[in-house]
Amino acid sequence: MATQLDDPRIIEFDVRTDEMLVNMGPQHPSTHGVLRLVLRTDGEIVSEVEPHIGYLHRCAEKIGENLTPRQWIPYTDRMDYLAGMNMNLGWALAVEKLVDHELSEKAKHLRVILAEMGRIASHLVGMGAYGLDLGTFSPFLYAFREREKILDLFEEACGARLTYSYLTPGGATADLPNGWLQKCEAFLEQFEPIIQEYHALLTTNAIFVKRTASIGVMSPEMAVDFGCTGPVLRGSGVDYDLRRDGEERYTEMYDGYAFEVIVQKDGHYPRDHDYPAVPKEAVLGDCWHRFYVRMLEVVQAIDIVRQAIDRYSTASGDYGVPIKLTQKLPKGEAYLETESPRGQMGFYLISHGDSIPWRVRARSSSFCNLSVTSDLCRGCLIADVPAIVGSLDLVMGEIDR
Amino acid sequence: MSGSNLVERLSQQFGEKITGSNLEAIDPWIEVTPQGIVEVTRYLRDDPDLQLNLLNCITGVDYFIADEKKAKKAGWDPHTEVVYHLSSTKNKHTLVLKVMLPRWKDGVEGELPEVPSIAGVFSTANWHEREVFDLSGVMFTGHPDLRRILCPEDWIGHPLRKDYEMPLEYHGIRGR
Repeated sequence: MATQLDDPRIIEFDVRTDEMLVNMGPQHPSTHGVLRLVLRTDGEIVSEVEPHIGYLHRCAEKIGENLTPRQWIPYTDRMDYLAGMNMNLGWALAVEKLVDHELSEKAKHLRVILAEMGRIASHLVGMGAYGLDLGTFSPFLYAFREREKILDLFEEACGARLTYSYLTPGGATADLPNGWLQKCEAFLEQFEPIIQEYHALLTTNAIFVKRTASIGVMSPEMAVDFGCTGPVLRGSGVDYDLRRDGEERYTEMYDGYAFEVIVQKDGHYPRDHDYPAVPKEAVLGDCWHRFYVRMLEVVQAIDIVRQAIDRYSTASGDYGVPIKLTQKLPKGEAYLETESPRGQMGFYLISHGDSIPWRVRARSSSFCNLSVTSDLCRGCLIADVPAIVGSLDLVMGEIDR
Repeated sequence: MSGSNLVERLSQQFGEKITGSNLEAIDPWIEVTPQGIVEVTRYLRDDPDLQLNLLNCITGVDYFIADEKKAKKAGWDPHTEVVYHLSSTKNKHTLVLKVMLPRWKDGVEGELPEVPSIAGVFSTANWHEREVFDLSGVMFTGHPDLRRILCPEDWIGHPLRKDYEMPLEYHGIRGR
């Protein structure tokens, strides 16, 4: 006999849900590769998130102990495979720091061009994939349309589309081909107005704002405490960018360039007058801000590339000569961090005087950025977990190394 | 603040817990005893002049050569180092701390050397210490959740130790 209830709403208060463990991943489409999240949930509320990583661990550090620095470059490509150029650059600078190698002006500008183009390509994927996480497919296609052109440019410069191995300790493996700069300028010319399309698709999209504004709010103290860097740190309002504040060997590449660190000051971002204003719902440090910092960094990167092209075409010196494949490394150790698209990418190199380093270490930015998820997701809805994890813009290759 | 000033100041503050420094290195470093690391990092983080509030990286480095002849020429005794890279988002400077440990606790092979965890000072350290434990085999005492992070939970050995040997097989997969 069925029980009759006077008021069916009573059930809602009466039924207690059990705690449930939900596995997200490792093959969940919105977890950016092989990331497994174990959620402890009570109904729709997440009480604990535990990331399980290591599915893509390839022992890169161990391999580095058996190869010379130049031989290890391809392995850096495969860490953050969306920003191979920036990874090459980070490793090249760390090795140069150890062997105390000085670069010509031309090589520095060449590196700036490629690193910033890499940043644009990487942030485009970040943007597109974030759209995917939130259930909209079109921005992904728009982003890949433009990224494809950057990859074409990279292919013309070094022959590879994803794993470049182009910037090496000592300079680059080859100079840019004839006519490359013109093509690059033409691309920027065509690309700059398109950014408005992305803002129309995502940044100002009412659904997007609802899904991201005030979600996953991270205070500046928390961001620093967890070692979050890059757009994640600046999205929380911390004014810190290694291109300006980093080590001299790195910042001298950007000497004389006009650029501002993208961080909100007095309620405004630099150069936001051309782009949508911050929505009322958004709070500094939420998913929306992290996304917006990335979008503005794309605009800024365009500006830096343009300046770099001007300087490169008039600079003295050559593009640099790679150090010898088996060059003996001096005794000592060097640690250097660069501002890669996902944050501060550090390489640490210890040498005992052989051509093969004694120990190689890669400090990955996504690794630290991911470690904050379990604190960030506590108490949020299950549907917000992909929004929060996506806003950190993770690349598993870099986390697992 | 110059390197020697900083060393002097730390020595005054912590006495014997600061055991050495190398200011000529490319990245000058200060050596701290395992017992002092928590106090020193907390001091460096909170001191208004220093404000080293960002822990960049923790690295475990194993110093060991199996070949006895080569080991004599090396110029150092076998040991394990834990290296802490700190920087300040406010003052834009960096600092390197090192903790020297024996390769095995009390010289008993298989007993991992111990160093207090600084996860209570920097949350970054939580995962970094797990990684150092996993790959370099250093036990962080007082760590809230010291488990392997990159290798599977049932993995045997610590791959970044210099005497590590790949297992012959793992769950039916050939190792070497």
